Amino acid sequence: MYVAVKGGEAAIDNAHQLLAEARRGDPSVPELSVAQIREQMALLVDRVMIEGSLYDPDLAALALKQARGDVVEAVFLVRAYRTTLPRFGASVPLETGAMTVARRVSATFKDLPGGQVLGPTFDYTHRLIDFTLAAEGATAPAAEAEPHADAATCPRVTDLLAQDGLIEASPPDEGAPVGDLTREPVDYPADRALRLQALARGDEGFVLGLGYSTQRGYGRTHPFVGEIRVGEVAVEFVPEELGFAVPLGRVRLTECQMVNQFKGTGAAPPQFTRGYGLSFGQSERKAMAMALVDRALRAEELGEPVTSPAQDQEFVLAHCDSLQATGFVEHLKLPHYVDFQAELELVRRLRTEFERKSDSVEMQEAAE
Amino acid sequence: MSATAMPEPSGHFPSPLRGGVRGGAEGTAEFNPAPPPPPAPPRKGEESDVGASGYNFAYLDEGTKRMIRRAILKGIAVPGYQVPFASREMPMPYGWGTGGVQVTAAILGRSDVLKVIDQGADDTTNAVSIRRFFAKTSGVATTTRTTEATVIQTRHRIPETPLTEGQTLVYQVPIPEPLRYLEPRETETRQLHALAEYGAMHVKLYEDISRHGHIATTYAYPVEVAGRYVMDPSPTPKFDNPKMDDCPALQLFGAGRERRIYAVPPYTRVRSLDFEDHPFRVQEFTHPCALCGAEGVYLDEVLLDDAGKRMFVCSDTDHCEGRRADGHVGTGDAI
Repeated sequence: MYVAVKGGEAAIDNAHQLLAEARRGDPSVPELSVAQIREQMALLVDRVMIEGSLYDPDLAALALKQARGDVVEAVFLVRAYRTTLPRFGASVPLETGAMTVARRVSATFKDLPGGQVLGPTFDYTHRLIDFTLAAEGATAPAAEAEPHADAATCPRVTDLLAQDGLIEASPPDEGAPVGDLTREPVDYPADRALRLQALARGDEGFVLGLGYSTQRGYGRTHPFVGEIRVGEVAVEFVPEELGFAVPLGRVRLTECQMVNQFKGTGAAPPQFTRGYGLSFGQSERKAMAMALVDRALRAEELGEPVTSPAQDQEFVLAHCDSLQATGFVEHLKLPHYVDFQAELELVRRLRTEFERKSDSVEMQEAAE
Repeated sequence: MSATAMPEPSGHFPSPLRGGVRGGAEGTAEFNPAPPPPPAPPRKGEESDVGASGYNFAYLDEGTKRMIRRAILKGIAVPGYQVPFASREMPMPYGWGTGGVQVTAAILGRSDVLKVIDQGADDTTNAVSIRRFFAKTSGVATTTRTTEATVIQTRHRIPETPLTEGQTLVYQVPIPEPLRYLEPRETETRQLHALAEYGAMHVKLYEDISRHGHIATTYAYPVEVAGRYVMDPSPTPKFDNPKMDDCPALQLFGAGRERRIYAVPPYTRVRSLDFEDHPFRVQEFTHPCALCGAEGVYLDEVLLDDAGKRMFVCSDTDHCEGRRADGHVGTGDAI
């Protein structure tokens, strides 16, 4: 005889134990340290930081270890932790023009003040599996850089264009308080700052796909990479009791300034417009995709027809978050048998009625 | 932003408490350094302090609870209206009941007795998990008995035992917007609610009738609350809709991912949408519960073998156990 299922608690405990064992893998293989993950899986750590909205490489590395390398799960751990942190204020706007660049490329000018700096990039590697990496213990010789004459001055390409009025001016900082979509529900239409926040936290794959869609004609923006720069920037904060900025530390960032065509309107002369992307660490794919979508989302502001998903802020903002998306998709594996029972009952009733109807049609035909 | 790129030696991680500031109002200061709001009235002797778990009582910090309570109060004042709230990222996934968990965390007091059900049962894994979460973070008493509970968090069911005054039923809600599948845009649906323009919903129900002969909505069946707002009762089977009407208990609804809270105050009219010639009807089961013999309750269909043998048993496990303890016996028969 059937007895109502019991034992959820024991099942959960056992599942957690199994998970811990599976996470560790074969115990004869040495355990990964958090420092190893932080140093050798750095781009993965960067992704967890940007989508987790928390700059803390150690914490992101630990989350990756705990999550068995599942990025979304690691982002989840970081976000849930972030929720518990007190906010003590907003930093002074970062001066990315003063970045200590490790990499800086422009696709719009062959040479420019500060030069083109390739830095550590996969761009020109041949994607051949390097089997020598399978042999552990070898240390790569330290890379040495040539001293660069004008490395100290690396002005933003968009600032150079703005001198001639060829590109729209950057909107001035009016000192308005910074919105925070993790602390207030989004009210549509959302302003650009909130949209950029959402894109920065957004799932890399989703934002990449949307950015790609604009290139294929779904909300085309005619983009050029004005500049991508990767490097460290100082973070400053003005404590109320001091009244002047004090440095808090440095963060590593990737910034992408996309330069997009704009034909102008009756009121505005033709000039280039901006799409902006910013991410923690070295995340060029994310920063570029973000810049494409940022520009696409400005369609309404610039008087362009809104016809494509990437231009539709309710579509983009409501669906770009990997935690929200994975939560709602994966919750389908939770029990739904009450609802399913309701649907079963309806389908059975509709089928009975269907059969009754076709029976009576047959009888009618036989009688004729 | 927490620690910057400081080369902190690995192995050093701040405790979740960060110096224990989370309990105090200072710890939750947001960007605008406004004076701290007056403390919320203590509920049943609750004090803000840090529980044995190292987290604040019921996990959320007091500032967040205050924000959620404001949304709840607004929801109670405007029955059926969806109040936006700043949903937090909880330590369980969206879709697992983060909205309900935040509502429960905000209203729970020390003397409360908590019951958590999923699909009507206290022992489904997610109900177990949420009950443990609150047992750990708040230390409140938990129960599986509907009559003993002061707060009941639920997913997909309303208990069979009638609720009483002083009880609060907290629903976990996936999609709070009843019009969402008719109109995907939030900007549009908010306007439709403002204008009480619910024609599209009636057309949808009418189309069901013309196509199937019945209204083909079996769960999340739309209701009109206090003669004004059309509301999604969460994906409870429509069998449970009549229990919402004129209910002596307070009903609160939390949607974490969609960041909405709404409410039905006690003794409020809740009407399931229907037509004069197609009145609202609930599901009827042809068999009583095989374990306790109850009729007129919602049943789960349990498959027993691969030859189509099945059994119908109470979905509300507490109701079923209570009846069996009182000597009611079902046939125990498979069908």
